[in-house]
Amino acid sequence: MSQMIIANRLVDGLVVFMTAAGSWAESIADGVLIPDEAPDGDESERLLEVGKDGERDCLVIDACLIEVEERNGVRTPTSYREEIRARGPSIQAEVN
Amino acid sequence: MYRYDEFDHQIVGERVAQFRRQVARRLNGEMNEDQFKPLRLMNGLYLQLHAYMLRVNVPYGCLSSKQLRKLAHIARRYDKGFGHFTTRQNIQYNWIKLEETPDILAELAEVEVTAIQSSGNCVRNITADQYAGRARDEIEDPRVWAEILRQYSILNPEFSYLPRKFKFALTGSPHDRAAVAVHDIGLRMHHNTAGEPGFEVLVGGGQGRTPVIAKTIREWIEPEHVVSYVEAILRIYNMYGRRDNIYKARIKILVNALGIDKFRELVDAEWEQIRDGLLKVAPEELQRIDAYFRPPEYEQLEDLDDELGRLREQDAAFGAWLTSNIIEHKVRGYAIVNLSLKAPGKIPGDISADKMDRVADLADQYSMGELRVSHRQNLVFVDVRQADLHALWRELDALELATPNIGFVSDVIACPGLDYCALADARSIPIAQDISRHFNDAKQLQEIGNLTINISGCVNACGHHHVGNIGILGANKRGKEFFQLTLGGSSDENASLGDRVGPGLPQAEVPAAIERMVDTYLDLRKPDERFLDTYRRIGMEPFKEVVYGPDGPKKRHP
Repeated sequence: MSQMIIANRLVDGLVVFMTAAGSWAESIADGVLIPDEAPDGDESERLLEVGKDGERDCLVIDACLIEVEERNGVRTPTSYREEIRARGPSIQAEVN
Repeated sequence: MYRYDEFDHQIVGERVAQFRRQVARRLNGEMNEDQFKPLRLMNGLYLQLHAYMLRVNVPYGCLSSKQLRKLAHIARRYDKGFGHFTTRQNIQYNWIKLEETPDILAELAEVEVTAIQSSGNCVRNITADQYAGRARDEIEDPRVWAEILRQYSILNPEFSYLPRKFKFALTGSPHDRAAVAVHDIGLRMHHNTAGEPGFEVLVGGGQGRTPVIAKTIREWIEPEHVVSYVEAILRIYNMYGRRDNIYKARIKILVNALGIDKFRELVDAEWEQIRDGLLKVAPEELQRIDAYFRPPEYEQLEDLDDELGRLREQDAAFGAWLTSNIIEHKVRGYAIVNLSLKAPGKIPGDISADKMDRVADLADQYSMGELRVSHRQNLVFVDVRQADLHALWRELDALELATPNIGFVSDVIACPGLDYCALADARSIPIAQDISRHFNDAKQLQEIGNLTINISGCVNACGHHHVGNIGILGANKRGKEFFQLTLGGSSDENASLGDRVGPGLPQAEVPAAIERMVDTYLDLRKPDERFLDTYRRIGMEPFKEVVYGPDGPKKRHP
């Protein structure tokens, strides 16, 4: 299963994904994908360490790995919790 | 309402300034998240799934129109234009920025509102009957004592690091609308044999993963001793409550472990040492606080039963609203009006900033500038002239705040669930929306009558599912959302915990299962029986059968 690094941004708490450049993007499509069979098997560990650097640099909180897959051509976390986290609440338009 | 004095203003101002410095130190790296988290929590700031969430206290559910306008302003300026009223009578904002939080707290302080102790292992917002001071069945206004307890417990250093969070609820009426039996301490006013008003003290109630109905630790206590008695309880809890296991840290676990008799013995021994000391509430102090809660100047009016009866005949929609959303006021010619935040398909407890402003205007025009938040996530106008009811109904109807469903099947309690909450296992809100869309006919609602449905998105039970007549608990089963049903819960003066119906259902099957259970109730009820009464009389089986079919759950869900 492919993986990504997800976190919350420190200043505003918004969900962010680590990019290939080691920065943080709000869209899952802009995040770096760690392929299922990365040539170097330690890639996810290495990127997670970059995520932890982001925590130490006061950019993000709780950087961690999530599993993602392509669903109908859209990159989607496999767990529905992370899916909701990536997409936002399923009910936004219904406020009283 | 209580109004801050100079000391209150100073304390809150200093607290905001302190938090501003703490946020700055966090943002510049002088503090890491582990160091900062307990500090932000003590100021009501959580990190949820999508953003920070700020929980703002509404003490005992009491708000002025001015405060509501400020809450609307916060929603508009710092959030996405809405807020969410909770089962603890608080308001939560879902999209808060850490860097803006000190400014928000400073703005709230301008109208005497805080987020202090809305999280953390301390005494949380003290809740009370939403009709306090106005209900016709009330003995005395419990808000006086809620305010005394608030002042006693806020920033009290001895109780800033309790083993776990601690929740009080008070009712001044025999009919309990404040769910006192599922709180760490519940205070229920009643008369002793000599006819004097005092409090029954309940302890060790709670929901969460270990639901417990509180036990009576003292049948009756003179109000002047209530603070010292509560202090004795908190001291025993602070000394003996478990700190090694978060799941065993609430006072209910301690009370159960010791047994109520042993626990009472310890509390009484502690109380003997302090009962006549500083914490005995002096008459002049009581008078000082009581003055803030004196009733407003009412006009000399008569009840308008005939006129309202005529209007009820002429306008069925208004009549339905009168039946379900209006409560008897203790003063003749006035009424208590519930504003439903449960219109069909809407999110329970959510309200937009624009509507908050309109509600504040209507509170000024029709309810002497004051309103309440109920633990069932609705709003209340407490001082409406009966002569104004029809005009107010028109205004509320236009705002979709007049759904005639208070206490009915579509008046669903729902926690934010997995749409927002980092702790949740499943979504609560879509189920609530399905139910309120499904049961949206006023006649049908009245035919079904009083029936509470409470939904929680995880075992922490913020949606009070244990005490819903029908409870719905969301769970994550092998990566999918499932919903477990319970029946027979109640949070009133005859509180009970719901019984599990059987294995969980997928979301799509829940509304139909509820409809079948409601139909079963309608088929089997006796005259004047509520859903709960019928369930208590006939038991689980008829309901279970219609949920799972005659072959039972195993055949249906292998």
